[in-house]
Amino acid sequence: METEPIQCITILAGRDRNGVAEPFGRIDINPGDTISIVGPTGSGKTAFINDIEVFACGDTITGRTILVNNRMPPESFVRDPSKKPIAMITQNTKCLSDLTVREFLAMHVRARGITKADICTKTLALANEFTGEKMHLDMRMTGLSGGQTRSLMVADAVLISNAPVILLDEVENAGIFKDRVISCLKSHGKAVIFVTHDPLVSLLSDRRIVMRNGSVERVLTPDGNEREALTVISRMDALMGRLREKIRAGELLTGPVGSA
Amino acid sequence: MKLLIVAGPPSAGKTAVVRQILRSVAGLWKIAYLKIDVVRAFEDEELRAEFSIPTKKIYSGDLCPDHMGIMILADTLVWAEQEKADILIIESAGLCLRCTPYTTQSLGIVVLSSVSGTNAPLKMAPMIALADIAVVTKTDLVSQAEKEVFREKIRTVSPTIDIVETNAIQGTGMRYLMQAVVSTPEITDAKMIRLRGIPPLGVCTVCAGKQEIGWQNHCGVVRKLDSTEAIFRGD
Ligand SMILES: Nc1nc2c(ncn2[C@@H]2O[C@H](COP(=O)(O)OP(=O)(O)O)[C@@H](O)[C@H]2O)c(=O)[nH]1
Ligand SMILES: Nc1ncnc2c1ncn2[C@@H]1O[C@H](COP(=O)(O)OP(=O)(O)O)[C@@H](O)[C@H]1O
Ligand SMILES: [Mg+2]
Ligand SMILES: [Mg+2]
Ligand SMILES: [Zn+2]
Ligand SMILES: [Zn+2]
Repeated sequence: METEPIQCITILAGRDRNGVAEPFGRIDINPGDTISIVGPTGSGKTAFINDIEVFACGDTITGRTILVNNRMPPESFVRDPSKKPIAMITQNTKCLSDLTVREFLAMHVRARGITKADICTKTLALANEFTGEKMHLDMRMTGLSGGQTRSLMVADAVLISNAPVILLDEVENAGIFKDRVISCLKSHGKAVIFVTHDPLVSLLSDRRIVMRNGSVERVLTPDGNEREALTVISRMDALMGRLREKIRAGELLTGPVGSA
Repeated sequence: MKLLIVAGPPSAGKTAVVRQILRSVAGLWKIAYLKIDVVRAFEDEELRAEFSIPTKKIYSGDLCPDHMGIMILADTLVWAEQEKADILIIESAGLCLRCTPYTTQSLGIVVLSSVSGTNAPLKMAPMIALADIAVVTKTDLVSQAEKEVFREKIRTVSPTIDIVETNAIQGTGMRYLMQAVVSTPEITDAKMIRLRGIPPLGVCTVCAGKQEIGWQNHCGVVRKLDSTEAIFRGD
C-alpha cells in the first residue's frame, strides 16, 4: 500500500492513573516540531511516547489514541518495522552484533532495499556532526561510546530509516551536541520528541509537555520568553563541552574556568 | 476452552508475555496455567500469587520437556476444564530446539528474544515453522537495523507467520497477539488433538537416560560420524 506523507500526528487525551480524563483535547505534532516531555520519574513520560510508538488506539494503560493525518494509521505502520514512520531511541538501544560501523549500516541499508551508493558514508558523516568523538567505518559497534552510539542511531533514523518522527527517551548523553541534533532534525523536517531532564534540550524545544500522575498536566509554549535563560544555558553547555574535551585530552584545568 | 501453547528458548520472555496476556484478560476470562520445566520453575507460584489463577507445574527430569508435555496434555485439559477455565496456557521449557510442542486446536506462540542475535531464528527453525504467531521480545534493547533483520530471518523460516514485536515488560504492541488469542477457536474435540509436527522425540537410548558415548552403545535411531543420515539399530 502506498502511504501519503505524514503531515500531522495527533494525540487524543486518555486518563491519568486514577482514571480521571486528561486536561487536553488533542496535541498535534507537525514536521519540524521539537517537543520535550518533562516530569518526575514515574509520571508517565515513557508511557506517553510508547503510546506514540505503538499508535495506541485506546488499548494501552493510558487510554490515549494516536491519529496520523487525522485518521487511524494503517496496520503496516504499526506492525512492520521497515514501514513504521517512527524511530524510537532509548538509553538501552544498542547494536548487539559484533559488527563494524560499515557492516552495521550496510545491514540496515540492505534490509531497506536502498541502492544509493554513498548512503553509509553520508550517515557516518552526519553522525560525526553530532559527536565530538569522531567515528570511522572500520570501528566496531560494540566499542563505541554511549554518545557515539546515540549519534549513529539518530543519523541512521534520519537517513536510512528516513523516519518522519523520532522519539528519544532520556538520551541525555554527554558527548553529543544536542543543539546540532535538534537543528539537524528540524532542517530535515523531522518531528522530534525528547523525554528529558536536560535544561538545554527543554529550552530548545518549541513545546514542553509536563507530565504528572500518568497524565499530561500542562503544555507549555515558551514562545521566546525563555530566550534569556536559553542564552545562558547554551553558553554553559558549550563551556561544559570544552572542559570535557580538555579533560579527555589530559589537561589540567588551571586557568579561569569561564574562559576555557 | 481455548488452548495456547507458548514455546521459546529459556529467558526469551515467555512468562513476561503470559503476564501481559493475563493482564489484558483480567476480569474477562478465567485462565489456567501449566508450566513445564526440566528441573526448577517458579512461574506457577508467581502467577498464582499475582493473578489468583489456578496453576500447575511439572518437571520432566530425564525426558525431553516437549515429550513430557505431550504425555500429560490430555490430563491437563481435564484439570483445566474442572477449574472452569476459558483458556489454558501451557508454557514450555523451551530447552529442546528440535521439538515443537504445538498441537492442533490450539494457538501456537513462539517467543523469541531480539537480543539473541539476528541468526537466532534460523537456529530455532522447527519451533518457529509450526507456530501460528511469533512474539519478538526485548525490542527496547536493540537497534532498528537488527529489529528489521531479525524479522526478515523469521520470515525466511516461515514466510507467512504472524509477527508481533513487543517490549514485554511494558506490554507494548500486544494488541495483535490479543487479537490472535480472541480469534483462536475453542477446542472442539479434545480426543482429536494431535501434535502438529513429527519432532525427533525419544528415538534412542540417550533419551532413556543411557550415558555412554558412541553409537555402538546405543539402540534406536543412531548416527555415525561418516554417515549422512540416521540409521535404526535394534537391541
Ligand atoms: N528489557 C526487556 N526485558 C524483557 C523483555 N521480556 C522479558 N524480559 C526480561 O527477560 C527475563 C526473562 O524473561 P522471562 O519471561 O522469565 O523468560 P522465559 O524464561 O522465556 O519465561 C526477565 O528478566 C524479563 O523481565 C522485554 O521485552 N524487554
Ligand atoms: N495514565 C496512566 N494510567 C495508568 N498507569 C500509567 C499511566 N501512565 C503511566 N502509567 C504507568 O506508570 C508507570 C511509570 O510510568 P513511566 O512512563 O515509566 O514513567 P517515567 O518514564 O515518567 O518515569 C508505568 O508502569 C506505566 O505503565
Ligand atoms: Mg521513563
Ligand atoms: Mg518462564
Ligand atoms: Zn525434544
Ligand atoms: Zn534420543
